Amino acid sequence: MKMEKYIRAPLDTETISSLKAGDFVYISGTIYTARDAAHKRMSEALAGKGALPIELKNNIIYYLGPSPAREGRVIGSAGPTTSGRMDKYTPALLDLGLKGMIGKGRRSKEVKEAVVRNGCVYFAAIGGAGALLSKAIKASEVVAYEDLGTEAVRKLEVENFPVIVVMDADGNDLYEKTAENRNDG
Amino acid sequence: MRTIETTEITKQIKEMCIEANYFLPLDMKRAIEEAKDAETSKIGKHILGKLCENMQIAGEDMIPICQDTGMAVIFAEIGQDVHFEGGYLEEAINEGVRQGYQEGYLRKSVVGDPLIRENTKDNTPAVIHYQIVPGEQVKITVAPKGFGSENMSRVYMLKPADGMEGVKRAVLTAVKEAGPNACPPVVVGVGVGGTFEKCAVLAKQALTRPVQEFSKVPYVREMEQELLRKINETDIGPGGLGGMTTALAVHINTYPTHIAGLPVAVNICCHVNRHVVRVL
Repeated sequence: MKMEKYIRAPLDTETISSLKAGDFVYISGTIYTARDAAHKRMSEALAGKGALPIELKNNIIYYLGPSPAREGRVIGSAGPTTSGRMDKYTPALLDLGLKGMIGKGRRSKEVKEAVVRNGCVYFAAIGGAGALLSKAIKASEVVAYEDLGTEAVRKLEVENFPVIVVMDADGNDLYEKTAENRNDG
Repeated sequence: MRTIETTEITKQIKEMCIEANYFLPLDMKRAIEEAKDAETSKIGKHILGKLCENMQIAGEDMIPICQDTGMAVIFAEIGQDVHFEGGYLEEAINEGVRQGYQEGYLRKSVVGDPLIRENTKDNTPAVIHYQIVPGEQVKITVAPKGFGSENMSRVYMLKPADGMEGVKRAVLTAVKEAGPNACPPVVVGVGVGGTFEKCAVLAKQALTRPVQEFSKVPYVREMEQELLRKINETDIGPGGLGGMTTALAVHINTYPTHIAGLPVAVNICCHVNRHVVRVL
């Protein structure tokens, strides 16, 4: 049976351990956006012992570069980008306390190991559904790297943001499951 | 001889960039809706339903269908009896892209140098393919291309001995490797023949064909149908989470090639397969 779960962000250990690959999850609370260029900068900051622009501990990063908001609106189209491009930078962030990621697509072996090692969770949002997903975003504020435009780091307030657990803290990967044992009730 | 002002080109391109990003072509829309009805996987059906909802919200609320509003790919078929007056044509096209992406609240996703990677902040330059054709009309296709699926596209330089089976294997390999990353259900554009760069352009052009309109060449049509069936047996499914809808269409374009070669390009496009065509 597919499970529907309503959770809060930032995450806590109990919530993470309750999530299983295949669960439909609705996230409410605060999450952050970062994609290619912001990950590169965070990685450079870490290499130079510089400060990261956001607190990683227990937080979720959404791999998103939104389209511009029209006047009076919170955000433009806001769907996930391909997560695999962040794989090079991700294990270091997970080791520093990042607990969740929202994106789409497969992750590397190194990311999976870091997810299991640190008890984290990887969610997929529906790729190419940016108009629909924008409805669940209630506030958006650029908090770092403003010069990167769409690739800046944003703090988002979300309400019942819909995602699917692709990789749980035990390392189960929904993309690798076959039709028979996929959680498809 | 017919004279066209390049300011008219700018205006048209601007409107087409905006239209393409808010409204999918009817054939694409219909294909997604039909797939939703036919899909037997529950999670697949759920995702296809959400994609239908997404298209509706995009049009009603004027929010781009996808936040990746693409790099503007433009095919310009220019009648040889047309004379352009005003500014330089390429600048007029890029000005249209600039205005469209600015006024249409579209994302600026282009970096000026592939390695220095500074955003040009206006989504220019476009990638433009010109073709000189008979007559005095100009046919413009604007096809903004997202990179989730572009990144999963491939070129294979096969040997003549690899033949039809080799081409089919190449297409299936590319689609399987793309898996969930390319935002399935996808449309698969295939270019066979020509040279290294020609097959890639053929594949890109194949994506602009109305979906499920098969090739007029009988053996090519058979390959398209066989590949569509085999791709949909992979169980990649909508969102890569399983189901019978992995591709909505396979379009193959062919071109003469060299005695020593069999180039094959597989250009994958997500379900947001945008293209707007206008004839001036």
